[in-house]
Amino acid sequence: MRFFGRMLAIIKKEVRQLSRDRLTFGMIVGIPILQILLFGYAINTDVRNLKTAIANESNSDLSRQFIAELGQTQVVDIVGHVATPAELEEQLRMGAISIGVSIPPDFDRRTTDRNRAAINLLVDGSDPTIVGIASQLKAMPVRFDAGAAIESPPPNIEVRAYYNPERRTPVNIIPGLMGIILTLTMTMFTAVAIVRERERGNLELLINTPVTSAELMVGKVIPYIVIGMIQLALILIVGDLLFQVPMRGSIVDLYLAAGAFIAANLSLGLFISTAAKTQFQAMQVTIFFLLPSILLSGFVFPFDGMPRFAQLLGEILPTTHFIRLTRGIMLRDAALLELYPELIALAVFATVMMTAAALRFTKRLD
Amino acid sequence: MSELAIKARGLSKDFGDLRAVSSLDLDVPRGQIYGFLGPNGSGKSTTIRMLCGLLKPTEGSADVLGVHVPGSTHDLKPRIGYMTQKFSLFGDMTVHENLQFIAEIYSFPVRDRAARIAELLDKYDLVPQAKQLAGTMSGGQKQRLALACAVLHHPELLLLDEPTSAVDPQSRRDFWSNLFRLAEGGTTIMVSTHYMDEAERCHRLAILDEGVKVADGTPQALQADTGMHIVEVTAEDPYAAQAVIYELAEVVSVTQLGVRLRVLIPERISEPVRLVESALAARQLSADVRKTPASLEDVFVAATMDRPVSAT
Repeated sequence: MRFFGRMLAIIKKEVRQLSRDRLTFGMIVGIPILQILLFGYAINTDVRNLKTAIANESNSDLSRQFIAELGQTQVVDIVGHVATPAELEEQLRMGAISIGVSIPPDFDRRTTDRNRAAINLLVDGSDPTIVGIASQLKAMPVRFDAGAAIESPPPNIEVRAYYNPERRTPVNIIPGLMGIILTLTMTMFTAVAIVRERERGNLELLINTPVTSAELMVGKVIPYIVIGMIQLALILIVGDLLFQVPMRGSIVDLYLAAGAFIAANLSLGLFISTAAKTQFQAMQVTIFFLLPSILLSGFVFPFDGMPRFAQLLGEILPTTHFIRLTRGIMLRDAALLELYPELIALAVFATVMMTAAALRFTKRLD
Repeated sequence: MSELAIKARGLSKDFGDLRAVSSLDLDVPRGQIYGFLGPNGSGKSTTIRMLCGLLKPTEGSADVLGVHVPGSTHDLKPRIGYMTQKFSLFGDMTVHENLQFIAEIYSFPVRDRAARIAELLDKYDLVPQAKQLAGTMSGGQKQRLALACAVLHHPELLLLDEPTSAVDPQSRRDFWSNLFRLAEGGTTIMVSTHYMDEAERCHRLAILDEGVKVADGTPQALQADTGMHIVEVTAEDPYAAQAVIYELAEVVSVTQLGVRLRVLIPERISEPVRLVESALAARQLSADVRKTPASLEDVFVAATMDRPVSAT
């Protein structure tokens, strides 16, 4: 009875302080909405309208016809014409264009010669995405043989994009973004909440009262679990309204998965709080975990493409497993139990971190 | 039930190579105000933290209200009140909310809570501030709130770590009358300070210097037994007089108070007044020299100075 009384006192206090801290309160709502808008609208891997200049040294009817068709692909946006390939290189170096199309003087003859390239594409290789997109242009037919185009051979492999047939980026980004936002807010808020008490001297008062470590930790963490759930709901609502991100699986499954993930992040936050002496340190350590969570979790780059050691690092991070869960449940209609290895990974992480935090946190100052 | 609230034997605490508290013996009788006097860094806070279980002693142990320290202090917590040196209540909660929180944490009976909080607000003169955020109050108001929170659950023992270091003289006087009222009600109070006037008000006193207890007793007994002659010198040129007196091998310390100098000379010197007078006369310095009773400040100076002279 007293356990719950004291725990409730801590929860009440935490909520009260949180409601007075306008900045933190604003961040709880602001971070998810702002991030989802930014990422949802800004990140687009389906790139169009790359700035392109053309050096047409042939100037034949055929070459002009090709340029017109190139413009219609929407992949490129023809911003200028220059006289020589050397000028294309210059513009590329200046960053004025991403692609240079060099049409040699003997273009017409080359179109009929299978052994020689009819066109040279100069691509800004400093951005791998642009190289990938420009490669699509290779598939364009340039065998016009005096106007009578040979039909290109039918492709042997047909790609069907399951779960995201229109290949809209937000559909892919937003389930992953849930993981990133919850990592950021859950880990940082918990770490900072406890370190702040130590910094302000409140902890010295608290540990002299009958409150136990367990009551203190659980009481401080529960409000943040609720906040995490609210953030999740916000992301789901905004994702649905603005980006029509589907929710194919069970929402209960998603919330259960989120529960496990939040537990993992909170225990990480608690652990950080036992190591950090100031709020600033706590934030730094959180960022230290956040960066790999963004880069190695499969959120930005496909997990399969990473080298072995990076994959191993990624497997340690809770975000990796949660992103697999959200993409599975939301997009592929997978049941939570089908994804059990990810749940186990989250549970193991939470247990290890919680134990480490509890071992480090004592009701003493030394 | 023992007559002593605290009985410590050989209490020591090391922080790395630094010995913060060294083999401290303490006997704090119940129902008294026990002062802990010492300069900054003398180990006062460390001792108080060891006594309430916040720090684990490197050596030695204590009996606090019958509970062995170090040990499980969980049962001790509800019986002691602790006031930290730095304000440690919640600045972003109101005075009333802070008291409410403390009442909940100490599982204070729900039906008596409102009455107890109202009583404390009244007693500690916080009624007008009840709805004010604690962080926006003055030093004196914060200190009254901290004391109200420390005594809310009727502790048998109150540990106060430099409670008056951040408040004005009027607030300090009011604070001490509150302490006397609590002591009359049977609460044992251990209070650390570096103010002489506060130390003088305590029933008993221990003086700490660099982690070592150098004196212990009632203020009166300590003043009567400094082991020093106190010679007061009123000189026209106190600065020159001080330089002359300081050169005397027998003199332990010279402190200037305005135009007067307080000179401490060990008791084994038989004629301290003549010693000082002749030294001043030799340099043609006119001064009025006389013996006076020791003040607590003299006790403190005699006890905390390096000990080569008083050793003999």
